[in-house]
Amino acid sequence: MELLERFAAGDPEAFEALFRQHQKDVYRWTVRIVRDTGAAEDLTVETFWRIYRARERFDPAAGNFRAWARRIATNAALDYLRHARKETELSEDYPAATRGDPAVRSELRGHLRRAFLELSAKYRLVATLALIEDEPYDQIAEAAGISVALVKVRVFRAVRMLRKKLNYLGVEATVK
Amino acid sequence: MTNEENEKELQALLKREFPPLQNAEPQRDLWPQMLRRLDAQPLRVPWFDWLLAAAVAAALLLFPNAIPALLYQL
Repeated sequence: MELLERFAAGDPEAFEALFRQHQKDVYRWTVRIVRDTGAAEDLTVETFWRIYRARERFDPAAGNFRAWARRIATNAALDYLRHARKETELSEDYPAATRGDPAVRSELRGHLRRAFLELSAKYRLVATLALIEDEPYDQIAEAAGISVALVKVRVFRAVRMLRKKLNYLGVEATVK
Repeated sequence: MTNEENEKELQALLKREFPPLQNAEPQRDLWPQMLRRLDAQPLRVPWFDWLLAAAVAAALLLFPNAIPALLYQL
């Protein structure tokens, strides 16, 4: 019996093998969304916990495990963003590039962070993956379970909301 | 400025402030944490407890006059 079939049938060794094969991919995907290493580790475990519980719904014949895991990881990350949005700041695990006048950069960074944090989870998800991580729209759509057209709409709206917030804060977001 | 230019400008700004994380790796093997999660049994209420609770709720709905008597006994 194939690994995926054994997993769907509830074989714990098959689950461990799949965990070891895919944990890095799930972690990489998650950390790019939540941008916090500790949270991404916890969410990777949460994702596989959800996968384990949903194993009977997985169709080994038709299913692409990687895409399925990524979709579950996206939902777990979205849940995290919804709960953490108002409580936490973006992690300092990955510091920003340091160029230009430090004082101006610090102020701009603060405004940008605030504006970014104020985006709702669904807009932050697409803004992060499309604008920062350069993830193709079709990949984002598949992982988020929405259409490519809706991804484009959300990216457009996220840009408009960020621009509006930065303008409201009196920040001229010009790149030079 | 067109929408496309607008998006590109903000994208460049975001990338400068939040560098992409395409090569991030977990700091440790997460399997031990996964095992702890699998071993932790969720709080489960036996089916007969649910049945009992449903029966009590149904009885109270059918015989609301019994509520004071029940409260007196508690």
